[in-house]
Parts: sequence; structure tokens; C-alpha cells
Amino acid sequence: MREIWWPAEGTPSLTSPRIASCGESAVTVEFCETIDKAANRLAVALAQSLSATPLPGIDEVVPTYRSLLVTFDPIQTDMARIARGVTKRLATLPVAREAGREISVPVLYEGEACLDLSELAAGKGMTTDALVELHLSAEYEVAMIGFAPGFAYLSGLPEPLRTPRRAIPRQRVPEGAIGIGGVQASVSSVAGPSGWHFIGQTPLRLFAPERAAPFLLEAGDRIRFRRIERAEFDAIRLADRHIAR
Amino acid sequence: MTTVQDSGRRGYLRFGVSASGPMDAAAFAIANALVGNGPGAACLEFALTGGSFELSRPARLAVTGGSLEIVVDGRRVPAWRAFHARAGARITLGALRDAVWGYLAVSGGIDTVPVMGSRATHLRSGLGGLDGRSLRPGDVLPLGEESGAPLLALARPFRPRSAPIHVVPGPQAHFFDADAWRSLTREPFRVTSKRDRMAMILEGPLLSSARGHDIVSDGTVMGSIQIPPSGHPVILMADRQTTGGYAKIATVITCDIGRLAQTVSRDPIAFRPIAPEAAIAYEREARMRLREAISDLSPAPEPRT
Repeated sequence: MREIWWPAEGTPSLTSPRIASCGESAVTVEFCETIDKAANRLAVALAQSLSATPLPGIDEVVPTYRSLLVTFDPIQTDMARIARGVTKRLATLPVAREAGREISVPVLYEGEACLDLSELAAGKGMTTDALVELHLSAEYEVAMIGFAPGFAYLSGLPEPLRTPRRAIPRQRVPEGAIGIGGVQASVSSVAGPSGWHFIGQTPLRLFAPERAAPFLLEAGDRIRFRRIERAEFDAIRLADRHIAR
Repeated sequence: MTTVQDSGRRGYLRFGVSASGPMDAAAFAIANALVGNGPGAACLEFALTGGSFELSRPARLAVTGGSLEIVVDGRRVPAWRAFHARAGARITLGALRDAVWGYLAVSGGIDTVPVMGSRATHLRSGLGGLDGRSLRPGDVLPLGEESGAPLLALARPFRPRSAPIHVVPGPQAHFFDADAWRSLTREPFRVTSKRDRMAMILEGPLLSSARGHDIVSDGTVMGSIQIPPSGHPVILMADRQTTGGYAKIATVITCDIGRLAQTVSRDPIAFRPIAPEAAIAYEREARMRLREAISDLSPAPEPRT
């Protein structure tokens, strides 16, 4: 059998992404190899376009920080046709992408998911209030959903808040935890293990499988955090649980 | 470990929800066809050993996946063909001898409440099936309506061809040098016991990425072969995370995934590279073989004791 070996491929770019096969039923459209806001916006815009008007044979799309996974039925279409279709779609994508939905996420900066706030603030030589203010000051964008159902990776973390992950991950971080991992920020959907730092908790349920719309957030949404106190946290949680049942 | 699985949860990959569904899609499809169910009906998927079940109503049942001992009310019945069981019958499934994942289909299907359009269990997030968990002794499962079709049997045994596992290079093949690639495709690997519905960890020559193992997380598919810093390949399966941060040297083609999943721990695996176009030809052929096997099902007499 002829040896198949793909040598190092060209560096992807926003105008000519690298299109690589993931088996015979999927391709990844890669705009760059690092975390990049422009690449992310393009991936989200392309995902929205392909969801609104799919190419023949497409099943699902998964936008990420820097790429878009496209899965398809290989009997109805193939990698070459998907590549052509995607390239054409990219050329006609509106330059100014439609702004995502604006979503306000209430956060309690204390309590069970506030695991690292004091330590993080001390390490950066600021008060916890100053750190919270900084966290509240930015507008974030949902770059991608991954890792777990509804787990939102956010771009837009203010530079002074960037912090390497913990040396030893925690086995269980509560649902709704508000996190910082490297240059990334997050809102957790379900409880689970993590090596990130957590500074608060939202009472909103990002993922509720029994809801008609199970997911609160999707890639492209813009987020503002809003500081709340314990009473409001409990009230939202109670109301949300009530609505959900 | 036994879970409820249907053909999988579609449309939620971008929200971080894996499809789940059967580890061996062909064995699952044949189990349903043997009892007259539609292709997406929910079955029980068990790992290694099946356990005991009691029926609340008469039903046709079929067990596929591999060979094993099936005892119904004290009499043995063969795998890979339908059999009748009366209300109150006790069905005991032994250990799979040559496979890892088995399927028990019941006429009418398992009728648990669908979650986001599917009855498939995703253990890690507790979705679908019976309360999102694996079955425990004493569990009671609702059954769908019995349609009363005849007992069916395969015209000839459905055997996956014994061939190497085919892989398409990429999406990060260029992270690996020719040595790593040669090791992957010319040397044998073994499945370790570190395996579940999420992933299979292999043992064999250590593979290393020339450009580092971490990538900025991107999307994964069932069959993605990740190479973490340990150098042991991790093949992502039905319950995988939808995005991952390790470089992926290659992807197992769809029609070989069931055979890979069924490889008994410690057994050797050989990988062979093919181009995506060749993989499509294999996929077309595999779908045709499965379609033929299902359309050739014929009524079978009640098995004798």
C-alpha cells in the first residue's frame, strides 16, 4: 500500500484557513493555532451561517477559539465539496459580524464556589474588592462551549487577572462557578473537576436538560457580569428551579 | 456496566454534549432489526457481562455484540437471533467471550423518557437513559409497544472483516514526525484495561509530537486519536468530550470504530493509513453490508432446547 503522509501544512490564516480531515466524516477549518479573537469571531460567524443555511450533507458544526469542526455524511458529500463550500461561504460572510446577544450574568463573589478569590487577590497584591471590580469591568464574549454540556469559555479577561492553572486540579467544583484559567475566563454549567481558579458563582442554570431551550449561552454571546448579594442569589435560584419544574 | 442507548443525541455538539449512542453501531442496529424495532430504538448496552433480567410482558429479544451464554427460563438460546420469552421469564446473559460491548434488544424498545431528543445515556453529565446512570439491580425499565412481528434470524453470520484498523491522517498529523507516524502505522498496539465509553488508552511504542502535545482546544469526533504527553494514544469514543486540547495524529474511520471498540483488552491492534476518499468507499461498503444483512433477515423457527 502506498504510504500516506501529509507533510507539514501551510500556516493557516483568516483568509486562507487550513482545512484538515478528521476521518472521512468531518473536517476542521483552522484559522490559526493560538487563542485569537478575530479567528474566534470568524469561526462563530461561519458556524452561524452554516447553521442558518447548511451546505448539503452537513450534520453539525462546533466553533472553537480558533477553528470550526464540521461533521457531515460522507455518502452525501465529501471533504473537497465541504472545503469548496466553506471557502465560498467565507468569501461572502458579512465583514461586520452580527453582534451576539447581550446577556447579563449575576455573580455572587462569595460562597461555596468562591474557592480562590482571597488567594488570587493576595497573589496579585490587590484587595478582593479590587479584583472583583476588575472582573466586572470587562465585556466578555462566549468563545466556545465545550469540555462539558454548556461549559462556556470566555474571551475578554482583563490582562491583570490572567493566572496560570492550579498545579493540582480540584476533583469537584460546584455548578455555576465563575472561573479564570490562564488567559481564559469561564462560567461552569455542571459540577466537575477543574484546575482553574474560581472566584464566585452564578445562580443561573446554564444547562437545564428539561428546559425547552436547555442552554443559556452559545458561542458569540456577549456577557456582562453583575455583582449580587446572597439574598438575590437565593431568590434567583429558587425562581429558576421553580420555573424549571 | 449496562446503560440504555439509542442511536445517539444529535445537534448538541456545539453545546458540549456528545452524541453518546452505541459503541458498536452495527451490532446495535442488528439487535434492533432482529426484534422488529426501528433503527433508532433504545436497547441495553452492556460491557463484558450482561446480568439477569425479568420480563413483565411477553416479548421478542435478541442479543448481539459477540458470543455469550444466554439462558431463558433455564434453556439456552443462541445469540444474534431473536427468541420469544413469556411474561415473567428470567433472562440471564453470561460474559462476552470475544467482544467487549453487547446489546440486548427488546421488541418495542426501551421506553425511558427522551432527553433532548434521545434516550442515550451520557454517564458523565447524567443525561438520558434511566436517570442518566448505569443500571443497578432492582431497576425497572419501561418497554415500548410490542408490534408482533415474527422471530427473525440472520441469513449468515455478520462478521466484521478481520483487517487492520484504518486511520485517516490528521487533523494535527503535521505535529508528528515520520518516526511517530511509522510507529503508529507499522507497529502493533494493545488495548489496555483503561477503557470506557469515553475513551480507550492504548499501549505500544510511545509516540511523541515534535511540536508539543498541547493545542488550543478544538473539536473532536468519535475515533480521534489524541497523543498526550505520556505518548500512549487515547482514542476518543461515544461519550468523549466534544473539544480537546491534545494533538490528534489521525482519526479511525467510521466503519472500523465498532471493531476497534470490540477489541478485547490485551489483544493487538494494527493501524493502516488511508486517504479520506478510500475511507468513504469503505463506509459505503459497510453501510451496504449492514443494509443487506438486515434486509436478508428471515423468520426463524423457535430455537430448540
